[in-house]
This record gives sequence, structure tokens and C-alpha cells, in this order.
Amino acid sequence: MRVLVCVKRVPDFSGEVLLRDDAQAADARFVGYTLSNHDLCAVETAVQLAAATGGEATVLTVGEAESVEQLRTALGVGCTAATLVEADPVALGPADVAREIAAVVRDHEAAAAAYDLVLLGNDAADSGDFQVGIRLAHELGRPVVTGIKTVAVDGDALRLEGDGPEGRETFRVPAPAVVTVLEGGVEPRYPTITGRMKAKKVPVEMRAAAGAATGSGRLRLTLPAVAGSSATVLGEGPEAAGAVVDLFEQLGVTR
Amino acid sequence: MATVPTTANVVVIGAGIVGNSIVHHLTRLGWKDVVQLDKGALPNPGGSTGHASNFIFPVDHSRENAHITMDSVAQYREMGVFTQSGGFEVARTEERMEELRRRMSSAKAWGIEAELVSPEFVQEKVPFLDADQIVGAFWCPTVGVVDSLRAGTIMRERALETGELTVVPGVEVTDLTVEDDRIRAVVTDQGTIEASYVVIAAGVWSPKIGDMAGVRIALNPMVHQMISVGPCPQLAETDGEISFPIIRDMDTLCYERQHGADMEVGSYAHRSIIHEPEDIPSIEQARLSPTEMPFTEDDFDPQLEQALELMPELLGAEGAEIRYAINGLLSLTADGNPILGESDVKGLWVSAAVWIKEGPGTGRAIAEWMTHGYSEIDVSHSNIARFHDHETTREHTRARTSEAFIKTYGIVHPGEQYASDRGVRWSPMKEAQEAAGAVFHETVGWERPWWYESNAPLVEKYGDAVMPREHEWDARWWSPIINAEHLAMREGAGVIDLTAFCIFDITGPGALASVQQTCVAQCDVAVGKVIYTPVLDARGGFVSDLTVMRLGDDHFRVVTGGAHGMADRKWFKDHLADGATLSDLTTELSTIGLWGPRARDVLASLTGDDVSHDGFGMLSCREISVKGVDAPVLASRISYVGDLGWELYVPFEAAAALWDTLLSAGADHGAVPVGIGVYGTTGRIEKGYRAFGAELDSERSIVEVAMQRPKVKAADFVGKEAYVAQREAEPLTVLCTMTVDDHTSASGVKRYMLGGEPILTRDGELLTDGHGHHPYVTSAGSAPSLGKHVLMAFLPPDQAVVGNQLAVSYMEELYPVTVGSVDSTPLLDPANERMR
Repeated sequence: MRVLVCVKRVPDFSGEVLLRDDAQAADARFVGYTLSNHDLCAVETAVQLAAATGGEATVLTVGEAESVEQLRTALGVGCTAATLVEADPVALGPADVAREIAAVVRDHEAAAAAYDLVLLGNDAADSGDFQVGIRLAHELGRPVVTGIKTVAVDGDALRLEGDGPEGRETFRVPAPAVVTVLEGGVEPRYPTITGRMKAKKVPVEMRAAAGAATGSGRLRLTLPAVAGSSATVLGEGPEAAGAVVDLFEQLGVTR
Repeated sequence: MATVPTTANVVVIGAGIVGNSIVHHLTRLGWKDVVQLDKGALPNPGGSTGHASNFIFPVDHSRENAHITMDSVAQYREMGVFTQSGGFEVARTEERMEELRRRMSSAKAWGIEAELVSPEFVQEKVPFLDADQIVGAFWCPTVGVVDSLRAGTIMRERALETGELTVVPGVEVTDLTVEDDRIRAVVTDQGTIEASYVVIAAGVWSPKIGDMAGVRIALNPMVHQMISVGPCPQLAETDGEISFPIIRDMDTLCYERQHGADMEVGSYAHRSIIHEPEDIPSIEQARLSPTEMPFTEDDFDPQLEQALELMPELLGAEGAEIRYAINGLLSLTADGNPILGESDVKGLWVSAAVWIKEGPGTGRAIAEWMTHGYSEIDVSHSNIARFHDHETTREHTRARTSEAFIKTYGIVHPGEQYASDRGVRWSPMKEAQEAAGAVFHETVGWERPWWYESNAPLVEKYGDAVMPREHEWDARWWSPIINAEHLAMREGAGVIDLTAFCIFDITGPGALASVQQTCVAQCDVAVGKVIYTPVLDARGGFVSDLTVMRLGDDHFRVVTGGAHGMADRKWFKDHLADGATLSDLTTELSTIGLWGPRARDVLASLTGDDVSHDGFGMLSCREISVKGVDAPVLASRISYVGDLGWELYVPFEAAAALWDTLLSAGADHGAVPVGIGVYGTTGRIEKGYRAFGAELDSERSIVEVAMQRPKVKAADFVGKEAYVAQREAEPLTVLCTMTVDDHTSASGVKRYMLGGEPILTRDGELLTDGHGHHPYVTSAGSAPSLGKHVLMAFLPPDQAVVGNQLAVSYMEELYPVTVGSVDSTPLLDPANERMR
């Protein structure tokens, strides 16, 4: 099976979020860039599917030239080909991104490298539009399921599972299809040294944008008011052990 | 939890390894009412301590750093947080093996167990290392790792147990209040603390805090990249944190250090990545911690390959993943030494740019220094007062630390020059010196001619007497022209640019009292007298040696070396009596030395003043007029090279004229321009003159260096009580001068020691003095007039016998040496007749 996994370079925030001066994007200077957990799970799913079927996983991103770092991350854990559509991510709206991905899918298909499955992270960690997967499926005329945690091959079709409002949902979808992945179904691997070294050697297909950006209509980003953090002292010394255990149970992290 | 108090005796800013060590040692030494602040939470407030790789290699070429590190290890051991793992520095090249032989010299000099071993030896202890990649290794069994966070907690808790420490984490220092050049208060986001003493131990943030008091702390936060790879099956089954020796892969500037089932790979090979202190994120803004910056993969990729080469089966093992990767921030300084001591603001102390291996030792030294005015281990090379103004700018620090970063694991020659930020300070004679082909080396920003290519013909003239060096390492940053200039000076005269001297005047009704209480020598002398004197601390250790001229009843001029001049200036300032003022003339006066048997002829041809031996005696000074020089010239009859002559002090604007006049008038008398290679090494070493920082430091007494005078002056001075006691006791060590008897190495190439080498018995046995120290070469250099290579070293008293035959170990070969002097008697001209 040939899988295309689409990822986005996003700031690696874990604490306070900063905005650039023009409020058009988040400022990553203290935290660097990464792939979101959804994207990492999509990559892991792609790599596992490729391995299970003797196929290939290709990674794609639409963004600035530096996004090649994120492509190398995916290559380092098992993707074997990569495409970068160079574009200013701030100027792009979800429709633009969907159009650009679709163009790559069609071009690759024309070059006898069609994809049986296109995976995306469920939503972007920075802009949070939740739209690209659906728009891409519409553009390509393929079925789409969002919020999926695991993907398996089921004959000619795909078996998709995710958590719905009523409980576990299972879908059987004919390939080719578009699927957006929610974190939690698979555990993304870290790169190995050999993987990272291999990733360095893979040529990245560089493409210019296929069309002009229409944007998202977003005027500016604003930060929500920061809720002050508070600390509760559970106790000191061995006497605090009971309170800690209670808290762990309350959080559901004990078994 | 404690709240910010309104007053304290001393406030320590920082709760990393340094701050914790300081509060422990301060309270141990009896300090009361100590407050410790940190912006972060405990026990890991987010500074460099929190992500340190925590391993310690005790061998360093610097004695000061080695001793501080050894003291730190002793403290870590006592706290039970040290795990001895052993460590290798592996060599991939023959050039590195030579450096490891030099490492052995330092190990022996400081008495640290070490040996050079084969690749097979390494592989036996580290089976996953590919022995084919290396040619040999330096094995140090006492290498180990520490738990620096636990150590910090233990020290803080010990301080808390005294009842004298209040710790308040989560407090941001927003300002320091200074009045009348004295620290008064620490302003925080949770209130102001009035304090008599403040210690900045804030690691990479120290410059930002120093700026609040107008104190420039010249360190740069720089990135050191590291990754952690695992789980490695070869490590998974081992017990505890570390069971394999640490590997320093010196040629790739990398290390591999086991951490449980993971292997940590760290690098000093990447481009220099600098963050200004203001550009470090806050705790809230940071992803991991403020000093664990986002990893920049591309910078590390070459190291991945090299590490994999060395440990293919371990790092390439199935399932061994890169689980952690950071650009860790650490503090680097221009000269690689920490920044310690009291700043120009009274009561405001600094302890910064200190790494894990130095933390507890430095904390002890700072606490002792604050308590007694000195520390047991001399830390003068780290004194914050060493910096000249231009050396404290962000630009200078950035340039030099960028250049120095790659040298962390580099092979650094003892004479190595920096390439960046050069040409900052020039003497007025620059043009003439450049025309004479001066080769400039830098001293505290000053470009000083080390030798002149125009003197190359003298090398021909003197032939083998210039003691040429065959080996490239011995001859690096050196030229036989130095020795040729030396011989020309001894034969005719030499003119030497000494503009880098620090010069300051002490004036006013309190001037005499100031110099009297500071200097060992009698300073209540006639106007026009020159005094050469040690300056001591309270325990009788050297703070400096320098000259003082009495220019008037209430007017003294202090002249001292550029390298140590700023520290001397601070010392004098701190010891001024009432009614005395110190003014710095360094940039107003240039100094030119004129020495040699024909020096008097040269000077006499240019002046009508009496410069005869009787008319202008030794150790006297007076203003003279010199033909062609439109300013009075202060001449001082003194010599650091052992020949007749003068130091001539002249206003900057007239210095070039004096230089040209001396050389043109001197031409008939065989005078040539002579570089600092002669002044600093060959000239002085033939005379056995001691140099501060080499032979003299605060661990040495006047008696041990045989500089005592028959009498002790009646007036009181700092260190007098200790000095008087030292005179009564037998010395524990004796400074001796030795000559090398045979330079021939096993390969037949003649080798010349450069300093730092251990002195052993002829059989290669270690010697130990009464301090428990082992003899090492404090200064080494050619003595062309003796036709010998001369070494100075402190020997155990029973070995300090003229004619005693010992050996020096150089690059792991023994060379025979003979003791030539066991006191300050010079090897050349013992009766000092040449100076007359």
C-alpha cells in the first residue's frame, strides 16, 4: 500500500504561547518547531501500514523552506520519500493547503505513483482549522473519515477505528481514501541514529505552489487571558504519600 | 514556605550547584542571616545545573582548575553523590596521542592517577567501542559522575540546619540598589531586602543581574548540544546510573556517557550558538527549562555519524532511539576561567561561569575569600578584577567565546593566540614596530611585539647560540629571533616596548600610609627611590609583586604588569588610607625599557643629565630630558632582564619620538628593538626572576620563593603577622632553578619543555613537597647566554640542593635536569655586576 502522510511544521509550545509582533502567527523562538501529536500519530500509522503491506510511506508538507526539518523527522522514523510545497504558511488558508496537496496527489498519480491512502493529523496545533482533510477529500472526490485512531488494511478496503460520541466507531472504507488521525491510537516512535542518518540522504521533492493563496480570512490571532497557575502543597515528607496516591487515583494514572 | 525578608546580612542569588555550595560554606564558616533566592522552583530551578551531564574528568592543564575540581570531587564523595566510573580520552590521530602525552604531564603534576593505554585496553572496559577507530587512549580511573541536584539539596539542607539560612524560591530579582559604590539592597518582585553582601551565582543569567548594579559579568550563554539514545540492550541489564567508563572522543569533540539504559552523546564540535542572557526564555515560556533550548538537528548530524562509527553496535542497536535532544545552555568566558570575587561594587560578589566539576570547590573558595580575604586554593586566574574594560563588553565576550567554544576539547598550545577581536590596544610605536616586522602577541588587548623579523639577520650572526628548536610543537608561537635579540641585548642594548604596564598614582596626605600598609617593602623612603615589593594577603600569600616609585612626599607611582594590573588596582583601591586617591595613568603613559651593557652610552648620548652609576644609582628615578623628545622622561633604574638600564616613562604622545630616538642613537651602540619574548622569558629566567601567576600566587610565601629581606619593616602591612611566622618556620617547599642536561628524545629529535611538566627523580619517581604538592615546571625558557634551557619548579626541601640530579617528563619521556639554584641567586651573573 502506498500512503501519503501530510504534516505541518508547528511551534513546540508546552507553556506560555507567544505571538509574533504582527499577530499573524505564533512565535517559536524559545521553543522551536515540531510535529503535533496528531501528525506524529499519522506518520507512525503511515509507516506501520507501509511496513505491514510491503508498501511505501511518503511525507508531504506545505510551508516555508525550513519545514524540511519536519520532513526529515518523518523520514527518520520510516517514511521513504518526501515532498515540500514551498509557500508562506501565514498566507495560506485551509482551501489553499487542500488544493496544493491535491495537486501533488494528482501529479504523482500521473507519474504512476498513486496513493491508496492520504493521512493527515486531525487538526493543526497552531491554527486549528479542522478543514484540510475534508476539503482535500472533496477536491479529490474520495471518501473521508476524521478523528480516526487506528487504520488497518481489510482486503481492498481500510478498516478505521475511532471514538465517537456513542462509543467506539468502526468504519470500512474503500481505498483510495482520506483519513485524519487523532492522537492516542498508536505510539509514535523516536528516530534512531541510523534512521536519522538515512533521512539526511533522501532527496526532497521541492515544488512551487500550484495556485495563488486565497487565505483563510483570519485577521489576527489573539491570546486568551492566561489563567494563573496555582500549586497546592499536598504535604511534606513521607506523610504526604497518602495524598499523592489519592491524587494519582483521581487522575486515573494508577492501575 | 518562607517569604522574602526585609533585611539580610548576605543574599545569595541562585540555587544551582554554585549558589547551594556558597550558602553551605558561608554558614559553615559562621555567617549569620543568609538568604538564598531563585526565580525557579527547587530542587531544579531551571539553570544549567538541571541539564548538566554531570561527569568529571579531574585532569586539566590549569593547576587552579585541577585543584578546584579535586576539591569538588572530595566534597561530592563526602556527600555520597559521586559514582566512580573511570573515563577515557580516546585518540583517533597521532597528533591527539601527543596531546594525551601532554595530558599525562598534567596528571602527574597534579598527582592524579592516569595512564596511556592501547585500543584493546579500552575495548576490554567498553566492549561496544570499535577499537579500530582509535590509536590509543588516556585512562583516568577516578573519573566519575555526580548527582549535582542532590548535592545542591544536601548543601542547602546543611545550611538550613544551622538556622541561619532562609531559602525563597520563585522570586525574581528585578534590581540591585547601589549607593556610594556599595551594595545596599536586592529588589525583588516580592519585596526589597536590605543587605550588606550580595552574591550573584545566577549562572547564565548573571550578566543580566550584574547589569542591575553596573557590574559587567563577561560570560556568554552558549549552546552545548546533547542527545540521549536508548534503550540500548548492552546497557539495559546494568545496575545503577553508570557502569561503563565515560568516553571522550577528543578528535570529534564529542563524549559518550552512559545514563542507565541510555547513552548520552554530547558535542563541542558544532558552530558556536550564542544566546544573550536577555534572550533566554522565562520558565513559563520555555518548552523544557529555560536552559534546555530547542535542539537544532542539522548542527548535530556530523556528530551522529562519528558517534555511530565509534559505537556502531550500541548506538545502532534495534530500538535505540533518540529520546531526548537539547541545545543546553552553559556559561563560557573569553579565557575559559570562571568569574569570581568581589566586584567594583563593595559587598557585591560574583561566582559565575562555574561548571559542575568546579561547583563545590568554588563555593568553598568564595566563602573563604568572603570570610578571610583569601581562599585556601588560589583562584587569582578567575578573579573578576582581572578584566580590563574592553574585555567586559558583550562584543568582546561574544567574539572570544565563539572562538573558544570549539577549543573545549581542542589541542590548545600554551602560547596560542586568539584571532578574534585583535588590535584593540596599540602602543604609540605601532608604526615603527610594524615597519620593523614586529610579530604581535596579545596581552589584555595590547598588541605587543614578541619579536621583530628585522632582527632575523641576528639569527645568522649567533648561529647555534640561538638554540633553534627542531620540533614544530616546541617552536610554535616562538622564534629563534627571540634568542638572537636576547644575545644582542646582552652584547649591546635592547629597546623594549612596555606600554602594556598598568600604572597608577596614589596621592594625598594618606598616600604613604596606603602604600605602607599594602606593600611588604619599606615605602617610607626618600623621594626619587624605586621600591620592588611583594604584596601579600592576610595569610602571607602573594597578591602581587610590583614596583613603587616615590615621586613626592605624598605621591607614589605603582607600576605593574598589564595582565594582573586591574586586580592590583582593585587591591590598592581597597586598601587606600584616609586622604589618599588612586588615579590610573595606564593610557596616558607609555613605558620603554632600555637595557644592555651599552644602555648608559645610548642614554648619555641623548641627555645632558647625569646617568652615571654614581649620579643615577640603582633603584632610583628622576625626570630627565631626552634630545628630540618634547616631554619630560621619567627614568627609573631598574631591570627585569638583568642588565644595566632604565625603564623610561613618557606621555603617550611623545613615546614614538622617544622610541625612534633611542633606536637611531642606539644603532652605533648595537641597540636593537627587542620583543616581549626576551622580557617575559629569556631575560628574566636567566636571572631567576619570579613571575606572578607562574611562580607567585596566594598559595606561595615569600620564604618559599626565597625573596625575604634581612629585616621586616616596623610599619604594619597586610600579611605581616603571617610573614613573620613564615620566616621562623622551615619552608615546606622551595623554588628552584634547574637546567636541562640533555634534550635528545628517543627519536633523536631535541625537545624543549614549555612549562607545566612534572619534575621527577632520575628514575621517574614522583616527588612530594610539604604541602602535598608535586613539583611541576612553573616557567620554562631558553637561557641563551647560558646556552641552556632553564626550568623553574617548587621542590621538596630535601631535594632543593644545588647539583641535585632530577628529571623532567616531557611528552612521556624523561630528560635529565640539574638543580642550579635553590634560592633567588641568578644562574647568570650571580653578583649582579652587569646591572652596574
